[in-house]
Amino acid sequence: MSLNLLMPEFIVDRNYERCIGCQVCVRQCANLVHYYDEEENRVFTDESNCVNCHRCACLCPTKAITIRRNPLEFKENANWTPRAIREIYKQAETGGILLTGMGNDRPYPVYWDHMLINASQVTNPSIDPLREPMELKTFLGGKPDVLRIKEGKLDEELPPQLELEIPVMFSAMSFGSISYNACEALARAASGTGIMWNTGEGGFHKNLRKYGSNTIVQVASGRFGVDPDYLEAGAAIEIKIGQGAKPGIGGHLPGEKVSSDISETRMIPAGSDAISPAPHHDIYSIEDLRQLIYSLKEATDYKKPVSVKIAAVHNVAAMCSGIARAGADIIAIDGYRGGTGAAPLRIRDNVGIPVEFALAAVDTRLREEGIRNRVSLVCAGGHKEQRRHYKSGGAGSGCRLYCPVCTDCHGMPYVPEVLHGQVQLGDCDAGPLVDKEAQPGNCFEKTYESS
Amino acid sequence: MNIGTSTGTASPAGISRKRIYCMEEVCIGCRLCEIYCIAAHSKYKYDLVKTFKKMLKRPLPGIIVEEQKPVSFGLQCRHCQEPECVKSCITGAMKKDPVTGVVTNDAFRCIGCWTCILACPYGVIRRDEQEGKIASKCDFCIENNGEPACVKNCPNEALQIGLAWE
Repeated sequence: MSLNLLMPEFIVDRNYERCIGCQVCVRQCANLVHYYDEEENRVFTDESNCVNCHRCACLCPTKAITIRRNPLEFKENANWTPRAIREIYKQAETGGILLTGMGNDRPYPVYWDHMLINASQVTNPSIDPLREPMELKTFLGGKPDVLRIKEGKLDEELPPQLELEIPVMFSAMSFGSISYNACEALARAASGTGIMWNTGEGGFHKNLRKYGSNTIVQVASGRFGVDPDYLEAGAAIEIKIGQGAKPGIGGHLPGEKVSSDISETRMIPAGSDAISPAPHHDIYSIEDLRQLIYSLKEATDYKKPVSVKIAAVHNVAAMCSGIARAGADIIAIDGYRGGTGAAPLRIRDNVGIPVEFALAAVDTRLREEGIRNRVSLVCAGGHKEQRRHYKSGGAGSGCRLYCPVCTDCHGMPYVPEVLHGQVQLGDCDAGPLVDKEAQPGNCFEKTYESS
Repeated sequence: MNIGTSTGTASPAGISRKRIYCMEEVCIGCRLCEIYCIAAHSKYKYDLVKTFKKMLKRPLPGIIVEEQKPVSFGLQCRHCQEPECVKSCITGAMKKDPVTGVVTNDAFRCIGCWTCILACPYGVIRRDEQEGKIASKCDFCIENNGEPACVKNCPNEALQIGLAWE
């Protein structure tokens, strides 16, 4: 074995005054960082695999563990940053394309943060939310060109609408990329809040179909788990064309992760790789997209709104114009900060445009063309906090599960005996043991049942 | 399983009593329940550092985490309706409280004959030979108002108090 130039990124400090040797850290670390030495009767640490997930620090009952950045410096060079050097080392070490998870983590400007919110004081008196209800209910879907009203009621039927209690939705995350428990947590939270979660293209697990009225089912390029029951089971159907974290790139769920449960839900053989091609092989033009939109509408009796999700890229306005004319009810735009289970690092960090600009460009274009009412816009991609949600203008926005961890799982060497089983395959929450850590009941009662 | 919070409620089915249940599907096998159980029954009570640093002879945990990855669950005394250990105890040390239904072992009367261990169908009684021979098991933290330390400190809410009908 040749010399590995990658030095540990973090240092794990253990306060032996406090460490009681209970070995919770040993049992809980997914990367085998901690180990117990019987002869010394002490717990020791090998931090070369530490990804600073804080799991040991949080679970340590005496809070004896602290993790800090390894102070080991590279020689200063404005061109060759430590990050660039480490990435090259890693690429050399693994011999593969660097893969990563989550969304773009580079310090690119967040344009939401450069906007402030206006408020009403005199002409519209301000509202006290504790005494006067503030309704945030939002309906997504096409609206007619003119509202015809007869005897105080709408004269014609509206196109199918998706009803949200608040203009927030969970972004699409598939069963397989995330675990069953994580899916259940999303589904329960969505139904508790009156919003939507999205199956991604992982199929719709049979146990979760009871949350169908709060579910958007996705039809993506792999078509996993799609059948008439699936289309009927959700409140809306989403055709995924692109994803903000990796515009123009498909997906690959390694066969090792395709368990019997995932295989049944995705309708593929257990153990086989689930490949989502980059394009839909039946969509090479807007006309083809129109055919798919209408075949889905036909299959569901025109009762469910059909959404089309695309990544925010430079010609997004023209694409959205085409999508609106192709008959979609909702257009979801995913900005470059959007999350993913796995994407090539260089793509995640360098492809796509901010959703702030995409949203403005699309809205302007659709208004100019007089077709803005035909579609609702949903904007997603890295809404980390409430203010950014708000500033997206109530257009309906998406948020993802935040994994506080490493975004680094693909760079990890393969350790067959890794406790959590599949951690090295990315999206470690799909490993059988890590799955259990995502307890869907945690905080649910506190959030939804305390009032 | 009936999950609830009240206790001693009469119902057509009988008396409902608090029991500890483990949701195996979310038990992560960290064994913090064992650690906190040991501390809760030590002379330092909830001081983990003192319990583990100063006491060479520590109480045995009343909860045992059974484990075969990825399956794991914490198991402790079921405080049976008709406890075999109480029936088999030759000195009357093992008793079931008629009000709470909690089965406890009186260390003063226990002579360490292990008959209860033979009789227990769940295998949740352990031999404690550190200071004299006594049988060690879960006492439902009765000294702590029946708020079991394991349930309170389970980081994934896998251990929960539920009601059993007797």
